[in-house]
Amino acid sequence: MSDSAAVAAALRTEGADKAALRLDGVTCTFPSPDGRGQTYTAVQGVTLSVAAGEFVSIVGPTGSGKSTILNVAAGLLAPSAGRALTFGEPVDGINPHAGYMFQADALMPWKSALENVAAGLEFRGVPRREAEERARPWLARVGLDRFGDRYPHQLSGGMRKRVALAQTLIVDPKIVLMDEPFSALDIQTRQLMENELLDLWSADRKSVVFITHDLEEAISMSDRVLVLSAGPGARLIGEYRVDLERPRDVAEIRMTPRFLDLHREIWGQLREEVLKGYAQTKLK
Amino acid sequence: MAVARVKRLPSRPVILLLQVAVLIGFFLIWHVLTATKILSPFFFGTPLAVLERTWSDFASGVIWYHLGITLLETALAFVIGTVAGIAFGFWFARAPLVSIVFDPYIKAVNALPRVVLAPIFALWLGLGIWSKVALGVTLVFFIVFFNVYQGVKEVSPVVLANAKMLGASNRHLFRHVYLPSALSWVFSSLHTAVGFAMVGAVVGEYLGSAAGLGYRIHQAEGVFDTVGVFSGMLVLTIFVVVIDAVVTIIEKRLLHWRPQEAQTTNAQG
Repeated sequence: MSDSAAVAAALRTEGADKAALRLDGVTCTFPSPDGRGQTYTAVQGVTLSVAAGEFVSIVGPTGSGKSTILNVAAGLLAPSAGRALTFGEPVDGINPHAGYMFQADALMPWKSALENVAAGLEFRGVPRREAEERARPWLARVGLDRFGDRYPHQLSGGMRKRVALAQTLIVDPKIVLMDEPFSALDIQTRQLMENELLDLWSADRKSVVFITHDLEEAISMSDRVLVLSAGPGARLIGEYRVDLERPRDVAEIRMTPRFLDLHREIWGQLREEVLKGYAQTKLK
Repeated sequence: MAVARVKRLPSRPVILLLQVAVLIGFFLIWHVLTATKILSPFFFGTPLAVLERTWSDFASGVIWYHLGITLLETALAFVIGTVAGIAFGFWFARAPLVSIVFDPYIKAVNALPRVVLAPIFALWLGLGIWSKVALGVTLVFFIVFFNVYQGVKEVSPVVLANAKMLGASNRHLFRHVYLPSALSWVFSSLHTAVGFAMVGAVVGEYLGSAAGLGYRIHQAEGVFDTVGVFSGMLVLTIFVVVIDAVVTIIEKRLLHWRPQEAQTTNAQG
């Protein structure tokens, strides 16, 4: 599968305006929570593009506005300056091509696992019965076929993430936005989930924008890693192509020399930003 | 896991037995005190007379009519108050300007002891059931209103954003997100709301009516029939306990998705 990077590159050169997702000089400024009339710029002049079928990770220190970028891509947040395009169309309101997997628990607590997975179909006009029938195989795919009638509070953190994954993927979005989806999980569960995600992804290449603060996670999963500077006013400061073979096993690939080279290279840049970010939080 | 072990309580049948013992003890003390004339039976009635009166009322069927009236008033007050509370709660929560403008007035009306409205309602709506329903509605409405308002305001922004990303329209958001969230708050106040609906009905009847449990108690009081008063109170108590049990069953059915604090049988990590 070493040609996947080449395919992705070809897609990108073919027409940048047809990228699955494109952010053009996106700047987001918020009213500051502590000062009257003060403003806080989360991200500044972010330009990036994600090709169809490409897996892109964005890494950066805490508080660098990673989630802000995803919210703009999702259409949940309108940028103060710049614009977001999806398949050449400006994003106005909710991005119809995007699925979003949130960092926090986002399942509807009053719906069972099965109903949660079926929700997206139901919102799209599929009758409830049929939606639930179609949700069943998805639950099975994330290994929860016996847990369909459980409510979120009856599931473990890892199980909830699986439900959320099925819930996001069932409506077949062309772009999947993931905001540190596995950060709350323990390391074993996390690697299992990462492999499962890669399996699901390689079955029908969607574009993925994966936010994480874990560089190893980013490298082991992505085609490309983008580095964000420390906030406020975070900018994209680095772009690294990950030319590791697919299919990958996230645990094994961490031992390969190429992975370590990449890790060293990117970490060299990220480290400074993390220190800067840390210094800023200490000042506050 | 808690470090210290909580002292174990006796099993359910034992507790039930103790509870029944308290009830019997209460009637026994009452009986002894009135039988020995330490307490005057005229002012305090006697438990046997009260039970006998209650039994004969049920046997002759007189009480069923009054019970039915009170139940009808309670149900109407509860349904109307709840529906209005939900509607206004939603409206206020979704329209910030409305809620800010009306805020002091809502608080003022809610602070007013609603009992003083009973004579006004009797004047406007007559002595039939509707004046009691109106009184009950003014009590139920505010409980439901505040809870729905809170429920809509406290919808998790992440859950909301997630539903939007999954393609939910405004109608879907209402039906699948706002309503369940608000209803969970409504149901958590269900006991209070039903209780207040009944307070409205009984107090209304007490202050002026021709039927209902409140009317029966008032009638008995008018002729110094203490046994009648206590009998009325007994029926009222049984009535409340039964309704409360029904509410608990409904609550359990509708809120099964909520985590229960004391979950021991199938607790998950």
